[in-house]
Amino acid sequence: MITAVRPRLSVKRRETARQRPWQLVLEPGLTSRNYWSDLWRYRELMYFLAWRDILVRYKQTAIGVTWALLRPAATMLVFIAFRRLAGIPSGSAPEPVLVFAAVLPWQFFSAALTESSASLIGNANLISKVYFPRLIIPAAAVATAVVDFAITLGLLAALMVWYGVAPGWELLALPVFVAMAIALSLGVGVCLAALNVEYRDFRYIVPFVVQFGLFISPIAFTLSSVPERWQALLSLNPMVGIIEGFRWSILGNGAALNLEAVALSTVVTSAAVLLGVRYFRRMERSFADVI
Amino acid sequence: MSDPIISVENLGKRYNVRQESSLQYVALRDVLTARLASAGAWLKRGGSTEPPPSQEFWALREVSFDVDHGQVVGIIGHNGAGKSTLLKVLSRITEPTEGRVSLDGRIASLLEVGTGFHPELTGRENIMLNGAILGMTRAEIVRKFDEIVAFAEVERFLETPVKRYSSGMYMRLAFAVAAHLDPEILVVDEVLAVGDAHFQKKCLGRMSEVAAGGRTVLFVSHNMNAVESLCTQALYLERGHVVAQGHDVRAIVTRYLGGYVEGEPASVWMNSGDDVDHPVMQPLYFAVEDADGRPLMTPVRNDDPLFVVIRADVRQLDPALCMGFALFNQDSQLLLWSLTTDGPEECWPRLERGIVQLRCQLPKRFLNEGTYRVELNCSLHCREWLTEPGKNSPAVHFEIQGGLSDSPYWLNARPGILAPGWRWERTD
Repeated sequence: MITAVRPRLSVKRRETARQRPWQLVLEPGLTSRNYWSDLWRYRELMYFLAWRDILVRYKQTAIGVTWALLRPAATMLVFIAFRRLAGIPSGSAPEPVLVFAAVLPWQFFSAALTESSASLIGNANLISKVYFPRLIIPAAAVATAVVDFAITLGLLAALMVWYGVAPGWELLALPVFVAMAIALSLGVGVCLAALNVEYRDFRYIVPFVVQFGLFISPIAFTLSSVPERWQALLSLNPMVGIIEGFRWSILGNGAALNLEAVALSTVVTSAAVLLGVRYFRRMERSFADVI
Repeated sequence: MSDPIISVENLGKRYNVRQESSLQYVALRDVLTARLASAGAWLKRGGSTEPPPSQEFWALREVSFDVDHGQVVGIIGHNGAGKSTLLKVLSRITEPTEGRVSLDGRIASLLEVGTGFHPELTGRENIMLNGAILGMTRAEIVRKFDEIVAFAEVERFLETPVKRYSSGMYMRLAFAVAAHLDPEILVVDEVLAVGDAHFQKKCLGRMSEVAAGGRTVLFVSHNMNAVESLCTQALYLERGHVVAQGHDVRAIVTRYLGGYVEGEPASVWMNSGDDVDHPVMQPLYFAVEDADGRPLMTPVRNDDPLFVVIRADVRQLDPALCMGFALFNQDSQLLLWSLTTDGPEECWPRLERGIVQLRCQLPKRFLNEGTYRVELNCSLHCREWLTEPGKNSPAVHFEIQGGLSDSPYWLNARPGILAPGWRWERTD
């Protein structure tokens, strides 16, 4: 078996070595061989696009970056009021921290999803005038949301200090859940962005998905407060595992981690990334013709 | 260096022109009913989806050419000839439908100056952003930053949002960033149409600098002076096909200027090399030109000056050599002959060995409206035909439209083959 495979491999290697570094062949249906290295080469463009979006967002605004703090803070207040009205017990953890630790990942996800799914259309002039790996555009939109997210993390830290919540070793798992949230929004975002190019209907679908998701995510409530037989079904929403994990990392012993939900969320997120990127790559060849 | 840096084989690009686009600018009500009707049809067919009716349109077909290192290639052609599509395929913005392109160098394209400029950002910020979009690394941009600013002449406005720039400043800045790209292949689309004369000159200068640095430039323009002065090679596209290509840029430009759309008459004939190769004389160029010596591209008025021009290589001085033309109307009726030997002998143009150019003005207010064919008419008088009208003779065409008369009675059309404006006087 091994001897049968070897010669083929060596031939292939010799061929690539003979080619000059910049040689490029364009043929129909030939997806660029160096797709991922190309993407890496253009990473600076991603930073620049994200930087542009952030700069532009707060130009000519009176309070600037404060907006990034104001929105989640207001959302948190609304949810606290909702919990009081519904009479949901707050348990051992201070209520603002409990709610804010869920508002943060959700707000990140919804912002990243909304922006990345609209990003291709918003940059139509670039797509029809310049070449670069198109994945850069939705990725930059997600990166923009990451920056906002980092700012609001500061607010969360301030809240934790104020209420005297000391994080335990669980905090070490926080980057994992952040990475999952980024991956999920990227996976779904690139898919929706590609769909949006051809069918502008998705412009109307995305806000609906985001609004609906807010109600089936454990922000006002915790997963453990849901009747057990519904928990698995609810966990099909990948944000459930991510939000629960996020909250667990912040509050530690205050909340128990539902491992099933996290596992399910990991599976769904991986699937979203794989399928989303695959669909995007299939569609991106015709973006310039369709957009 | 012997391998071409760009090699294009049988390139084709097809677009599907969807029928639904014909619904644009129709009342929303019509759109909705059309949608409902198609939805109804869809239900009737039992949900089987059928692709919407579409028309194929080949923006490029069977395009092949090679470009060597350091060439500046002018791509010319009328609107819709496929120039921009070609650039888009080459710069990887869109994928070819058939054929193959191989590029042996980094390619940067400049299809529109100021791509990705954001009005809210300052000049400095836009330089960074635009540079990154065009494929420069951050280090490269930083290194060239001062040069770019100096080229654009916007030092004082670096911290001003570009939305407050004048359009000239905006264009200068945009071009300056692009002009400092450093790829092996630079693709440029019609950027010289911007700015004032001073800046255009600067752009042209920069382009030839880039080319002198050994880079390869592909350059689309409608500015034939720029093409002629910059390019070492030309590619003439028409309706997605290559009409002419090669290093004789002047000849291709002339052909483009003289060419009506493919299949229609042209007002220029050029000897492709061995046509009518007679030991006494070889005609090189035969055209109908305007007063400025430009081949006619559009119909002319009956009172515009018109010249028939012959350029020929006279190899032997033969006193019997007659050159001239035969004029036919659109029904191929011969109207007249005109020859160098028409007048008294002392008035004939004196011929010498070498390349001579002869011209004859057609009188104003002479021909009626219509398309005319002019055929080269060369012979050794009563001995031998070199080019015989109606047989083997090169032909060019021109069209007369309007300008028939100053009379208030005859503004539109006149009967007859000719439309002279002769004067009348009373003689009783």
